[in-house]
Amino acid sequence: MKRSIHTDIIKNEIIKLIRSASFVAPPEIKSAFSKMKAEETSHLASETLQILIENTEIAEREEIPLCQDCGSTIVFLEIGQELTVEGDLLYDAVNDAVAEAYKKFYLRKSIVADPLRRINTGTNTPAFIHTDIVPGNGLKIDILLKGGGSENMSMLRMFRPTDPVELIIDFIEESVINAGPNPCPPLFLGVGIGGTADAAMLNSKKALLRPTGEKHSDPFYAGLEEKILKRINSTDVGPMGFGGRATAAGVYILTAPTHIASLPVALNMNCHSFRKGGVSL
Amino acid sequence: MEWKRITAPLDDSAIESLRCGDPCLITGRILTARDKAHDRIRQMLAKGEQLPFELKGELLYYVGPTPAKEGMIIGAAGPTTSSRMDPFSEMILSMGIKGMMGKGKRDKATRELLVKYKAVYFSSIGGAGAYLSKRIISSRVIAFEDLGPEAVFELYVKDFPAVTAIDIYGGDIYENRIQQ
Repeated sequence: MKRSIHTDIIKNEIIKLIRSASFVAPPEIKSAFSKMKAEETSHLASETLQILIENTEIAEREEIPLCQDCGSTIVFLEIGQELTVEGDLLYDAVNDAVAEAYKKFYLRKSIVADPLRRINTGTNTPAFIHTDIVPGNGLKIDILLKGGGSENMSMLRMFRPTDPVELIIDFIEESVINAGPNPCPPLFLGVGIGGTADAAMLNSKKALLRPTGEKHSDPFYAGLEEKILKRINSTDVGPMGFGGRATAAGVYILTAPTHIASLPVALNMNCHSFRKGGVSL
Repeated sequence: MEWKRITAPLDDSAIESLRCGDPCLITGRILTARDKAHDRIRQMLAKGEQLPFELKGELLYYVGPTPAKEGMIIGAAGPTTSSRMDPFSEMILSMGIKGMMGKGKRDKATRELLVKYKAVYFSSIGGAGAYLSKRIISSRVIAFEDLGPEAVFELYVKDFPAVTAIDIYGGDIYENRIQQ
């Protein structure tokens, strides 16, 4: 059934999502920090996690951003094929929402218009928008506020299709050790497996949209996620790289069909300040 | 766990007493600079221009805070990734900086320069921007205001938590653990 939606509604929803992600760590993140803290034997690791817990409390109570790097605004849109968008151009509406939210909530504007000439746009726009067309007449919006420090630790490796899964796990472990403190562990690790190089990279980020505590729907990959998590948490990178068990809080795999010659594996590391949100309209 | 209380700017005895892995609470005056401020200092020095501030003896904090709301001293103000400032280590240390603070690893050259110039590197708590903002008791821009969050700020901090990550004896919290 055909349906229409006005961009004013979309804009308001995105502003709300940015506000909430910037100041409020959801309960499942806070309880993950407390659980990791209880499991630490190093004082410095446990003290670091305590500071992260207090950081979420101060941010929420006083409306101070969780992190001074308020991120690139990454917006995922799933648009039903039977939905008509009225009002402004959809992408303009998204960018207007980002500009308004970053100004209104005193968030840091971190986007430069050109990668080499580097003049700040002053609005945190443009947002990085990924659109999928899906059946139905709905609109699903997910946002991810992604800091530069963790994004800079992204990885891609093209494996041989005959390589054993063990090699992929080794690669992930090695990447997490090399990244060390830089992506601000405990991490939420997105892993894109399959597709083309670009599809794997995008999936490594999209994988992070899965609800934080939820297992992979396929038991094979749920098992692999567990195995990877266990390996990462034996590296002694620990909270902020100071050593300890809590190197990652979760591993999220998203797969795609791929070429007979290819096995791309992409990693997108999200810092402990996992700022995301979503709404279905 | 015992936090070591230290005063900024750092004096020689404090610098000599610190060992990598020591958790510290820093109180006193620090200056900020991140990517663009470092780049501008380099450009000014290349042109033989005078810097609008003195770096000798100071503790330099790599941060780009969020804008302060009315009535607030500063916005979220946690450390940024220090390794991006590695190419500037020689320049900054040769101007007399006695401490650097950010988050994460430094390169080998920086570690050696810290030994040579008897300066320390602290790693604070990345992503604790709201928490750390409460440890800053005053803030003012002293140079490069056009750089916005990348301007040079003078901050007074009280009990600002940071871990000694590289000491003047070449000890490095990240390297040491990997070798073990």
